[in-house]
Amino acid sequence: MRIKEHPIIDFKRGKPVSFTFNGREITAFEGETIAAALHAAGVRVLSHSHDLKRPRGFFCAIGNCSSCLMKVNGAYNVRICVTPVREGDRVEMQEGRGDIIAKA
Amino acid sequence: MTSLQKPEIAIVGGGPAGLSAALSAVRQGAEVMLIDRDPALGGQLVKQTHMFFGSRKEYAAIRGIDIPGKLMAALEEEGPEKFKPLLDTTVLGYYDDGVILADKEEEQAMLIKPQKTIIATGAAEKMLPFPGNDLPGVYGAGAVQTLMNVYGIKPGTRVLMIGAGNIGLIVSYQLLQAGVEVAAIIEGAPKIGGYLVHATKARRAGIPIKTSHTIKEAYGKDSVEGALICSLDENWCAIPGSDLDMKVDVICLAVGLTPQTELLWQAGCEQKYIPELGGYVPLRNEKMQTSLPDLYVAGDVACIEEAGSAMVEGKIAGLYAAADLGYAEKVEERYTSYYRELEELRAGPTGAKIRQGLSRLNGGV
Ligand SMILES: Cc1cc2nc3c(=O)[nH]c(=O)nc-3n(C[C@H](O)[C@H](O)[C@H](O)COP(=O)(O)OP(=O)(O)OC[C@H]3O[C@@H](n4cnc5c(N)ncnc54)[C@H](O)[C@@H]3O)c2cc1C
Ligand code: FES
Repeated sequence: MRIKEHPIIDFKRGKPVSFTFNGREITAFEGETIAAALHAAGVRVLSHSHDLKRPRGFFCAIGNCSSCLMKVNGAYNVRICVTPVREGDRVEMQEGRGDIIAKA
Repeated sequence: MTSLQKPEIAIVGGGPAGLSAALSAVRQGAEVMLIDRDPALGGQLVKQTHMFFGSRKEYAAIRGIDIPGKLMAALEEEGPEKFKPLLDTTVLGYYDDGVILADKEEEQAMLIKPQKTIIATGAAEKMLPFPGNDLPGVYGAGAVQTLMNVYGIKPGTRVLMIGAGNIGLIVSYQLLQAGVEVAAIIEGAPKIGGYLVHATKARRAGIPIKTSHTIKEAYGKDSVEGALICSLDENWCAIPGSDLDMKVDVICLAVGLTPQTELLWQAGCEQKYIPELGGYVPLRNEKMQTSLPDLYVAGDVACIEEAGSAMVEGKIAGLYAAADLGYAEKVEERYTSYYRELEELRAGPTGAKIRQGLSRLNGGV
């Protein structure tokens, strides 16, 4: 779902990086956020509501709404819409509120 | 916690308002720290690929995305030693004694105690209540713009746009440019809210604009698969039997903005609810100074308007924040010219709502 041709913008994509989402390997471009990269790969469900377990997706893209919290490299509650993707990132769907006390 | 930093002026928010405030204060001779949570300066402008409306002086008829670069170049020219941008840094708190708490990714939190602070945090999008509004695929217009204009990624294949104000109209057109189909633009009011030029562009491109229509529900299993819309009578009540099922995978909300005033509440400055200006907005005088003498405001956080007026307000706030510190060269003269610019921008029928809101803010009815 990446835009190939655009009448006004010339997208300068960074160099390819690869990361995993729930173990599946995904290629993205440097400079993209994790949310943008997942969206480009067709992933729309990013989390679930705590009580009713309703699916949650990308909503604000600016770190305001908490709809996109995920587990990234072991850290919980990362707002992936404002977090740049890095080579080798391990991104996982987070169930529940997450454990915020870091384990060594 | 790192040591306390003490810039002369701190500006929170590097959109058009904050950037112009920085330029204006640096020109007066003050030293400025400009803090923004984004990795790049420009605020909303980084997503605006269309030609701007507004006054020539404030860069009308050039594309929004090209404006921050011009402001940055001017700042560079004024002397980079006076200008310190702090990016990827979110301001979390404003304390009674004027201390700002800021958080930079992966670094320790910072304490900053400026002599003057200008809040230019812009606006947040409004939400609309309807069943299914929490499904993945329901996006704010800003998110759609970010995805397609910043990252070059399509939000989906077929979009229902809610809201025919300028943002709804412009984003619809930008969706077409990105190769995404727009099924319709629906608008609750009986009239299109945005400018005629934008509506005409959308219509010419074949997008139906349905006024007096609203969304009843969004449906889909794991993400949006469609929406039920219906028409409204003159009392905004759904007309029975008017339901229409639209197969779309994206519902884009462009139902208005509201000032991001959290830091102003924390600071404790006086605010008033003025619907014409977008919600609660800070009281301020002609210098853009709030009820707290060391705290200034500019841009969408003070009144939902446009980039042009945000930039002029920024210039005024920057001018007086610097002047109060003793950098008072040509203050009257500059203020007079900025004030005239604001008046021009707010003249005529398109500025009527803003004029009315500002008059109510200042005690009028
Ligand atoms: C689709 C669309 C089309 C538009 N078209 C036009 C047009 O043609 N002409 C026109 O004049 N205007 C237009 N506008 C309006 C214009 O973009 C805004 O009025 C303008 O950007 C407001 O400027 P600002 O500096 O007040 O806020 P913003 O541009 O929103 O900037 C605020 C900045 O503050 C930062 N920030 C917020 N909170 C914090 C915090 N706690 N810590 C650190 N940083 C923070 C944000 O990251 C952001 O960079 C359009 C807007 C949209 C959405
Ligand atoms: S999408 Fe709103 S916080 Fe990430």
